[in-house]
Amino acid sequence: MTVTTKESRDVIKTVDEVVDEFHARSEELIPILMKLNQELGFISSEALERISTRMHIPQSQVYSVASFYHMINTKPTGRHVIKFCESAPCHVAGGREVWEAVQKELEIKPEETSKDGKWTLKTTSCLGVCAVGPVMMVDDDIYGNLTPDQLPDIFAKYQ
Amino acid sequence: MKIKRSMVLVSNDPLSLERGATEVFSQLSQEIKSFGLEDEISLSMVSDIGRSDAAPLVIVYPEAVVYGPVKTEDVRFLVEEHLYKGRIASKLQAPTKEISGKIAWLNDRAGTVPAEQRIVLERAGVIDPDSIGDYIIHDGYQALGKALSEMKPEDVINLLKDSGLKGRGGAGFPTGLKWSFVASAKGDKKYVICNADESEPGTFKDRLILEGDPHSIIEAMTIAAYAVGADEGYIYIRGEYTIAQARLLNAILQAKEMGFLGQNIFDSGFNFELHVHGGAGAYICGEETALIESIEGKRGEPRPRPPYPTTNGLWDKPTLVNNVETLANVPPILRQGAEWFKSFGSPSSPGTKVYTILGNVNATGLIEVTMGITLREVIAIYGKGMKNGANLKLAQTGGSSGSIIPADLQDVPMDYDSYAKAGVAMGSGALLICSNETCAVDLAKVLINFFRFESCGKCNPCRIGNQRAYQILTNISEGLGTMKDLEDLESMSKWLYEMSNCGLGQTAGAPLKDILAHFRDEVEAHIKLKECPAGVCAMSGVTVAV
Repeated sequence: MTVTTKESRDVIKTVDEVVDEFHARSEELIPILMKLNQELGFISSEALERISTRMHIPQSQVYSVASFYHMINTKPTGRHVIKFCESAPCHVAGGREVWEAVQKELEIKPEETSKDGKWTLKTTSCLGVCAVGPVMMVDDDIYGNLTPDQLPDIFAKYQ
Repeated sequence: MKIKRSMVLVSNDPLSLERGATEVFSQLSQEIKSFGLEDEISLSMVSDIGRSDAAPLVIVYPEAVVYGPVKTEDVRFLVEEHLYKGRIASKLQAPTKEISGKIAWLNDRAGTVPAEQRIVLERAGVIDPDSIGDYIIHDGYQALGKALSEMKPEDVINLLKDSGLKGRGGAGFPTGLKWSFVASAKGDKKYVICNADESEPGTFKDRLILEGDPHSIIEAMTIAAYAVGADEGYIYIRGEYTIAQARLLNAILQAKEMGFLGQNIFDSGFNFELHVHGGAGAYICGEETALIESIEGKRGEPRPRPPYPTTNGLWDKPTLVNNVETLANVPPILRQGAEWFKSFGSPSSPGTKVYTILGNVNATGLIEVTMGITLREVIAIYGKGMKNGANLKLAQTGGSSGSIIPADLQDVPMDYDSYAKAGVAMGSGALLICSNETCAVDLAKVLINFFRFESCGKCNPCRIGNQRAYQILTNISEGLGTMKDLEDLESMSKWLYEMSNCGLGQTAGAPLKDILAHFRDEVEAHIKLKECPAGVCAMSGVTVAV
């Protein structure tokens, strides 16, 4: 998944399509936000406003739900998002060294986006592939049994 | 139907796919054709069989030879040698690791090896998870047929009570009893929910059940709905498990087509609709009331309990919430009876438990064994010993909300009662094995960081307590700790346990309590000597005297 920014008229159109797909039902708010996150890259204030109007849910409530879940972005991200597993099983299997190497290699800190807009670095709790820790995800790809020296080759795969 | 002489399985868990399992599969299909063997050999993809160290795997039955990691360029040789000429291609076999380190057997177990016993993972890695036909051939939907045609709802509940099955999500609550609460709750509408929001660090047992045998959960939920009087159900699955989600959706479609789901199932007049609801990345949603809030489209913040979901659950209706592994035990118990189930495990904890083995051992992975195996046995037999012959320092059981236990508790049998007596939480079944190179302070810091990150923020003890505990542990790891910090950590652990609203905050204090109980000397060394005995903590705050 590579993230692109959409023009505002497209944002409104996309929101409408997704809200209609789920029949604007309030209990479908999370699936709606997940789908919009995937299509728009993040939930902008413009998107928030439109969701609120269409679903008759206060903006504050839509935002409080969107910002609660880690998989939904409320801020724009870089073209590629790295999620590094920070949980104990990866940590004791060498994750600490790899984590330091990732930050050094990309020259960004956790939750930051690189200046060229290429990378966003996030930490994540367990990804459920602990037998091959340390583990990270780049977009939708999972990398396991990581060592610091593998990082340049992995990052080079992404444009 | 032609009789096939061999069955070839290719692993397709996420790691295998990442390492080219799809290419290996299509290459196999091509080569099997080029040798003219397509009528004699079946080829299918299966989920992880617990040997992720050698992924992608190719397994050939009936010989049960495991090849791995297999590359596309190995495929021609493999097909020619094994399938055409009938010789095992030994150079491609997955490595078997030698047991290293000293094994001390328990006296009463001398000479016996507690073998794996697969009940919930019986079909995972054997059948094609996308084929309902495969599931049916392996006794699938038999238990549902039996329940609907031969048993009354109360018979099903009584059978579960007799079996002694306890919830496998961590708390160990008797399953039959929970079902009877929902069955007797008053309400015109009831729900059944499968908690598949498996996010406990180090735990991936539910993923393997869902990816490898999705129909077993659908069958179990339909039986549960019949027993408690529900007509609608949800599988709440964490957002990261995309493969499992796709397989469940496919399995539900197949089950509907065959009449195992939907209206008038097995002509019994019983109806059940099942939905899949994906999570969006929040550990707290594994807590059953937070999960229910999330299905309703809200922030996943736990509700005060009581009232419990059994009377006031989804949309305030009586709701049964069970873990994936618990549900997977239901069809086998219905098919084979309570006595059969009780023949495994210990009297107070019948059945099996799925464990994930992680950390500094030679072989990481997943096993399903009878209740009552010890940690020492798990490390020696299934972990193939400690990595580099190191010594066991501590183990962390049950994911982040479990316990940190020192090496001298490794001979306690792992069942609910023995662990409770020793003050250890069994939790989700994750076993994180740590050698001398692990620092207790550093480990506690990582665990508390997890809770800090995942706290929903609704109640103060958890939101502020974890933040504060993390700061103190960070100070200690940088050589800036004081002895007063130890008192603070102790009271914080107590407050978290006593005052937090839900299980997350209540268990967050456990790592603090455990390191102070078992590794106090090591923590004090960080404070008094400004040294990390394991050499892990940077002690960056210490200024070296010249």
